[in-house]
Amino acid sequence: MNEITCECGHVNPEGTVLCESCGKPVEENQHIDGNDQKELLNMRYDGSARRSQTYNRTAVDKVWNFFSSVKVGVWLIFITLIASAIGTIFPQEVFIPGNVDPATHYRDQYGIPGQIYYQLGFHDLFSSWWYMLLIAMIGISIVIASIDRFFPLYKTLKKQKPKRHELFMKKQRIYGQTVAENIDADRFKENLKKRRFKVYEQDGHILAEKNRFARWGPYVNHIGLIIFLLGALLRFIPAFYVDEFIWVREGETALIAGTEGEFYIENKAFTLETYNMDDPEDAKFKEAIEKQGGPIPKTFRTDAVVYERTNSGVPGAEPELDVFKEGAATMNNPLKFDDYALYQASYQLNEFKEMTFKIHDKDDEDTNYGEFTVDLSNPQSTYELDGGYRVEVANYFPDYEMEDGQPVSVSKYPKNPAFVFNLYPPGENDPETSFLGIGANIDAGGDNQYKLGLAGFDVRDVTGLTVKKDHTLGIISLGGAIFMIGVIQGMYWNHRRIWLQPRKDGVWLAGHTNKNWYALRMDIEKAIADTNIEAPKDQYEMKS
Amino acid sequence: MGDLTNISGNLLYVSFFTYLLATFFFGGTIRDKKKGKSKVAGNIGITITIVGFLTQLGYFFTRWVASGHAPVSNLFEYTTFFGMMLVFAFIILYFIYRVDLLGLFALPIALLLIAFASMFPTEISPLVPSLQSHWLYIHVTTASLGQGILSISFVAGLIFLIRQIDQTKRSKHTFWLEFVLYIIAVTIAFIVLSSVFSAMNYETVFEAPVEGQPAEITYEMPAIAGPSEGRVLTEGATGPLFEAPQWMRGEDAAKKLNTFLWAVLGGLVLYWSARLIFKKRIAAIIQPLLKKVNPELVDEVSYRAVAIGFPVFTLGALIFAMIWAQQAWDRFWGWDPKEVWALITFFFYAAYLHLRLSRGWQGMKSAWLAVGGFGIIMFNLIAVNLIISGLHSYA
Repeated sequence: MNEITCECGHVNPEGTVLCESCGKPVEENQHIDGNDQKELLNMRYDGSARRSQTYNRTAVDKVWNFFSSVKVGVWLIFITLIASAIGTIFPQEVFIPGNVDPATHYRDQYGIPGQIYYQLGFHDLFSSWWYMLLIAMIGISIVIASIDRFFPLYKTLKKQKPKRHELFMKKQRIYGQTVAENIDADRFKENLKKRRFKVYEQDGHILAEKNRFARWGPYVNHIGLIIFLLGALLRFIPAFYVDEFIWVREGETALIAGTEGEFYIENKAFTLETYNMDDPEDAKFKEAIEKQGGPIPKTFRTDAVVYERTNSGVPGAEPELDVFKEGAATMNNPLKFDDYALYQASYQLNEFKEMTFKIHDKDDEDTNYGEFTVDLSNPQSTYELDGGYRVEVANYFPDYEMEDGQPVSVSKYPKNPAFVFNLYPPGENDPETSFLGIGANIDAGGDNQYKLGLAGFDVRDVTGLTVKKDHTLGIISLGGAIFMIGVIQGMYWNHRRIWLQPRKDGVWLAGHTNKNWYALRMDIEKAIADTNIEAPKDQYEMKS
Repeated sequence: MGDLTNISGNLLYVSFFTYLLATFFFGGTIRDKKKGKSKVAGNIGITITIVGFLTQLGYFFTRWVASGHAPVSNLFEYTTFFGMMLVFAFIILYFIYRVDLLGLFALPIALLLIAFASMFPTEISPLVPSLQSHWLYIHVTTASLGQGILSISFVAGLIFLIRQIDQTKRSKHTFWLEFVLYIIAVTIAFIVLSSVFSAMNYETVFEAPVEGQPAEITYEMPAIAGPSEGRVLTEGATGPLFEAPQWMRGEDAAKKLNTFLWAVLGGLVLYWSARLIFKKRIAAIIQPLLKKVNPELVDEVSYRAVAIGFPVFTLGALIFAMIWAQQAWDRFWGWDPKEVWALITFFFYAAYLHLRLSRGWQGMKSAWLAVGGFGIIMFNLIAVNLIISGLHSYA
């Protein structure tokens, strides 16, 4: 350490630009803050010795200096900003329909630009490694830049003395000389105290200061940001974060995914309400509803019972369930239980639950040789009917579509069920085969004697719930709150200092603030009232 | 209820004309200062502005009562509210700095916003389930107030640029300043053309395929760009000059392109007629009126607006937004375009503050940044809603 002893006797650390105690420019270090003879002093960090401005030899120094540079920080912000904007040109992968291949979707929908977008990986920009890297670098920059500046600035402001060097006074933006004999310094101090300044005195030199805490605002908000980012990082640890999705049919009790087999949910009912312009309460929306042309949803609600499994330690055993909580999930009001929350995220109306078929003569629909009901989520392999008829389910397509002339199921949910049935009349060993779906009833062999017909069906709604457990929310909220406190602290208060220096023939006055010079001038104006001190000048000259 | 809706609409009209009147008084302050220290015009101007603001508050709350929810739920409601917040922010900064000419520029911007808003459907609309939350008005009003205050930074920056840019020679500065003024002309053209064609009840109906299905598309302005593979159904209507490119698939994509073309062309006509009449750049015409403005003070107003507005914006548009998103959509952040653009706005003003505080960007550079920031805010309001759709596409 090459310490610097100032003419005022104060010993400064290496790299100091302005003496911590008296503010005298340390001659050999003026280049650091770009000060020169003609211009005002750069007061940014009060000329304190910052590591980044002092050492640049080792690799550690170089990395430190890179990340502590505001210029680098602003570039990182700017690159992230541009990248984010590019990420909104076309929809991100998470927003495109789930059943399409992104590789072809972008080309089909948006042409060549879409394909380029996809191939460069912009379709999944916000979880790409380089976007994460940018955010991480901003995080590192925030930490290093803050440490680099906070400690020296804190020490300097702590060590500052009212007695300032002449050069320091003269090179302040607000500076004035008064030549007069009857200067009322006591009045000056009184005025300042009335303006809520803290007044310090040393051999007749006066330092008035207020809102020093505003200087810590940036560091407080940076701490908040770091906590926020760390909270977001914790989501990668499963113990902190569960994000699952379940479909639950009305009347069904299902395991809640992500709860390690501990909780089950019964969907009592799913309700979709729409606005009805005949309802007096909704009549005011008549015009909008008519313009919309279709129904406008009013409520999505799942009434549910959450059960806790009491025998969860026993593998393979039938679960024994105890009611844990009854309640409803609507949008904006998740159903909360234990550490979890269920969010109303999706729904499927009128999914087929059961279908009832009857056997009749091919040519006479009024005959009835027996009926059977198929539970569409759990069909039996054969149905024995009372009259000796037997129906075998040869094939079941819960959500059928024709593909190249062959029936296939595009999902496992009974949205559009279809069957291949083998019908064995009493005593027969050769079945009659037929294909049955909504709007399709095909006689496979062409010489069937009997026919199967749809006698009835039952539908139910399915609710889609997101299961969330999130222990990071507290940390993230804390980060957000600290950030807001820091921003407000730094933006809504300003650190102001006024120095008064006694001279043989009068006084010198100087002032400095980190922002809001207009208000500082008002403070000075009030402070010098009835003191015979002349108003100082603003020496700042705008360059453009 | 219908009566209340009417009262509400009328209050909005009244506030619009009140702001217009106040603008003239602020205009009067240019002369005022030449004569001496008289503050009469400015005082009348700010009084009328406050009356206008209170009237618009009346519009806001009567509409709230009529619809049963805070009227910030569609593009019309949000944009008028944004205009109101801009006026509110102007009033705050006026009382801090007493710069009369700020009113001469801030109020017309607010007027343009309100007029622009009125070009969109104004009927009271019901709330879909995701919007049924108190956070609707907590989040939206705070975000909008933040944007309003940040917009004052643009207004002050614009005054600074017009005052300071050397108009004796062509430069990048003069070009981009003219470009900003041209964009304002485009906005005026859009409002005028929409109003005129709507007063004429102009309509051309097209039949064109949308997502493979034939659909009817109604143009409210004569078609310059018709829908791709479209056929004119309206009798006697002139066909389009050309068809919109095929990749514009959305139902209204071609129609929006058409409206956009009208606005761009209308803006060109407005801008160049003014320029040819005066034989000067538009900024050069205005510049002499701003001689009395103290550029350092305007620079500080611009900066101060960011200092005040940035925390408000962050609180409303990011933090409150995240709390609500967590409740409604089970995640506080989902990279929805509107969210991303709010983040971009945050990044931009964060960069502004770092450049200003740590790298000494003041005056001209700072003013240009303020203009850029307003550009981003308007992009998020207009382009993200009308071009990039997402979860926020209701507004």
